[in-house]
Amino acid sequence: MNNRERLNLYFQALRIRKIEEAIAAHYPEREMRCPVHLSIGQEASAVAVCENLKLSDYVFSNHRCHAHYLAKGGSLNAMMAEIYGKASGCSHGFGGSMHLTGTAAGFMGAVPIVAATIPLAVGAALKFKIKKENRVSVVFFGDAAVEEGIFYESANFASLHKLPVLFVCENNLYSVYTPLRERQPEREIYRLAESHNIESVQLREKDLFYLYGMMGGLVRKVRAGGGPLFVEVLTYRWLEHCGPNLDNKLGYRCEEEFLKWKKKDPLARSAELLRGAGVLDKNTAEKLNKKIDLEIEQALEFARKSPFPVKKDLSKRVYA
Amino acid sequence: MPDLNRKIKYSEAVGEAISQCMEKDPAVFIIGEGVTDPKGTFGTTLGLRKKFGKERVMDMPVAENAVTGIIIGAAIAGMRPIMTHQRMDFMLYSMDPIVNTAAKWKFIFGDRPVPIVIRAMIGRGWGQGAQHSQNLQALFAHVPGLKVVMPATAYDAKGLLVSSIEDDGPVIFLEHRWLHSMVDYVPKKLYRVPLGKCRKVRTGTDLTIVSHSYMTVEAVKAAAILEKEGISAEIVDLRTIKPIDWPAINRSVNKTGKLLVLDSAWKTAGIAAEIIASVVENKGTKIKKFPQRITFPDMPAPTTRALTKFFYPGVREIVGKAAELAGAGGEKKKRLLSRIKTEIFCDVPDNSFTGPF
Repeated sequence: MNNRERLNLYFQALRIRKIEEAIAAHYPEREMRCPVHLSIGQEASAVAVCENLKLSDYVFSNHRCHAHYLAKGGSLNAMMAEIYGKASGCSHGFGGSMHLTGTAAGFMGAVPIVAATIPLAVGAALKFKIKKENRVSVVFFGDAAVEEGIFYESANFASLHKLPVLFVCENNLYSVYTPLRERQPEREIYRLAESHNIESVQLREKDLFYLYGMMGGLVRKVRAGGGPLFVEVLTYRWLEHCGPNLDNKLGYRCEEEFLKWKKKDPLARSAELLRGAGVLDKNTAEKLNKKIDLEIEQALEFARKSPFPVKKDLSKRVYA
Repeated sequence: MPDLNRKIKYSEAVGEAISQCMEKDPAVFIIGEGVTDPKGTFGTTLGLRKKFGKERVMDMPVAENAVTGIIIGAAIAGMRPIMTHQRMDFMLYSMDPIVNTAAKWKFIFGDRPVPIVIRAMIGRGWGQGAQHSQNLQALFAHVPGLKVVMPATAYDAKGLLVSSIEDDGPVIFLEHRWLHSMVDYVPKKLYRVPLGKCRKVRTGTDLTIVSHSYMTVEAVKAAAILEKEGISAEIVDLRTIKPIDWPAINRSVNKTGKLLVLDSAWKTAGIAAEIIASVVENKGTKIKKFPQRITFPDMPAPTTRALTKFFYPGVREIVGKAAELAGAGGEKKKRLLSRIKTEIFCDVPDNSFTGPF
């Protein structure tokens, strides 16, 4: 990886963080009238996986989908407009933040029903295998998704048919406000897939470059056709489960734990590494920030100015 | 003497019913996602863990399908479990144990109780959309063996929940999120509201409005407006949509001769269709006009607030249809509709709501 590529990786993650921060800042205006599950703190795995994918590869996601959508190349304007409920949104105002889609970028869809997209990613991989297409199907899900039966049924099927699917479990330790220890026994999540004969790893985020390298190896292996792989990424969401605020005062997790994870922020560490290598001086950092700020301003403007869908759009969207 | 000034929230009334049933019967326990978290399932389960301990107040793995089977197993073995879902949409993962097992256990094996209560939140608004605000009462009411309860007031919520917990069969107990903060007189002591008996919310002579859950709130507002132009609406709140209190509905329709049915769900194969069909099927009913229904259109809920107003019917639609039924067309109907001055909230219960839930 050369310095230019490393800087790009950092730029992608920084862009997602700043977009999420902008959403948090504007949410209280009550114009983004839908639940938002922000990805701040969890951007690294999205970028590390998606930067290793081709446009023709597929990504499926969950309620916390902004980072995955953006990392796969989904349009920022269309995402922002979707959150504002506008006709120019990626789901034309019919989905909101939890239902992003960008098929042109290979981002197939996100839904808030826990684990619901896992079988869909397996199904897409089945198509790739049947049609002998050299493509990879990726599904991002949280630690609670492995509590659903549908995960096991999907893993069994994917392994049986050696399908090109990468299961990415982003373990952020909480399902809404319920900690992992109240929901799962003491064992590692990544080992669950092993029982289906699926090779499986657990990764710490460390920094973007490390994570990108590790994910690259996994994606290449899946693409080579050996069957599915499973990766568990240990991560942490900084803000509340749903909404723009910090919620540590609720008491379901402690400030100390939050600060510990914040200190390990892979973005900050990546920036440090880049500075050490002399590729992220003050001037460059300022340029990156400005570029992102401008893009965000334009997206917000686009979303605000876009028209709402109209009544006749309603009936166009039902099968029957 | 009961304290008639004792007014508490719907959510608190639900919590009180659970707490008092747990005190009374050690077989009762509660399990659900978020039951023990700081928000306590929209405030309905706050304090329960402290009072009854870990064994009887449980959070759960996000495994709706298996946990539903597990509570059925516990019920068969002699417990009285209560399960909660913060969104009814998540409950679809547990269709099989509910429909195939719980609903049919008694029919297949004889007199075996399956005393489970599944509480699920239904709702609307704030862009929750297609997969977070479904009202699937008809789906469950269709299945023989299941009772479906949909209280409209805090008083009913407590009394009906106690009856549901004490019932020997599976009960689907649906709480509309926009009702949780509404306040009503609720006796402190444990009391019961029987399943299968409706409540006459308002006596009237010109037409019968049959309603349930949140739609009753809209119906009450509409009736007050209709009254101003001399139209007297009788409101019958179903309380339970399975079983349905047919004698009460028939009595009211026989009196007014006109029927308007409200349902916070889709039109096709819905509760409103069932009620109208049964009323007109009954040859003895003294019906004077074709019955009408107000439901959601047959499509998933859109997220954008620009379209929710076309999806969720409310006071305006009720007043319009009721006026027509009562023979008040033209100018009178116009006057009635012009009386609806309050802003109709389509994606928030009131203007103080700032999201995200």
